[in-house]
Amino acid sequence: MRWRSFRRWPVAEAAASAPSAAQSGGWIAIVEQPIDVTSLIARVSDGSVGAISTFLGTVRHVNDGRDVTGIEYHAYQPMAERELALIADETCTASPGLRLAIEHRVGTLGIGEVSVAIAASHPRRAPALAATTYVIEALKRRVPIWKCEHYVDGSRAWVDPTTSVAPSTPL
Amino acid sequence: MTIHVLLFASYADAFGARRLAVPVPVPCRVDDLVTALRGLPGGHVLPSKPLVAVNHAWVPGDVSITTQDEVAVIPPVAGG
Repeated sequence: MRWRSFRRWPVAEAAASAPSAAQSGGWIAIVEQPIDVTSLIARVSDGSVGAISTFLGTVRHVNDGRDVTGIEYHAYQPMAERELALIADETCTASPGLRLAIEHRVGTLGIGEVSVAIAASHPRRAPALAATTYVIEALKRRVPIWKCEHYVDGSRAWVDPTTSVAPSTPL
Repeated sequence: MTIHVLLFASYADAFGARRLAVPVPVPCRVDDLVTALRGLPGGHVLPSKPLVAVNHAWVPGDVSITTQDEVAVIPPVAGG
């Protein structure tokens, strides 16, 4: 599993503007193996946190009315890692004390498997809850990852959120 | 000059390649590259202003590019 630390750059600037993402710490990764959610949570957990919020994205069996058998995830890996790090850094900078761990999986996933996991910790619950929402929304808009759905009839199609007929309201 | 463009997902399928050598004018902006790409077989799938990244960062169409840059033309992202 490839883990990568993200840090404000340059480091000297981060050190001068306390507290910063560099000091809060965090981890991001694009992975091919199943995501170990327990390990991800451990990345942001210690005795100083009072709340850990998690978000898991999973593969569902129906999309836009079509029966799905699985999803192939592809990433432009170096840019996806860079963009994830930028999102994590701006989230931590906006919320001092926040710690983040984010993994997105690539490859072929079956129904119910976890495609993305976000863990956010903070001394208080509100910043932790807000961070997971911010990160998943930013990830969906900015990180170069694509999914190709495979259907029961043997066909496949790239998902284009700009033309999806799925309802846009979250509730 | 020739720019080597990275393609992904539906764009890679449309052009039949994940990396494409595209002849462009000198100097070249991102918009010029997109115009050249749209003239190639498969180019009909590109909108007039597709997402483009240079050296792993999103850029607008008026940014200049050279043969030294890593240029990617990016379909609508769908992570999560």
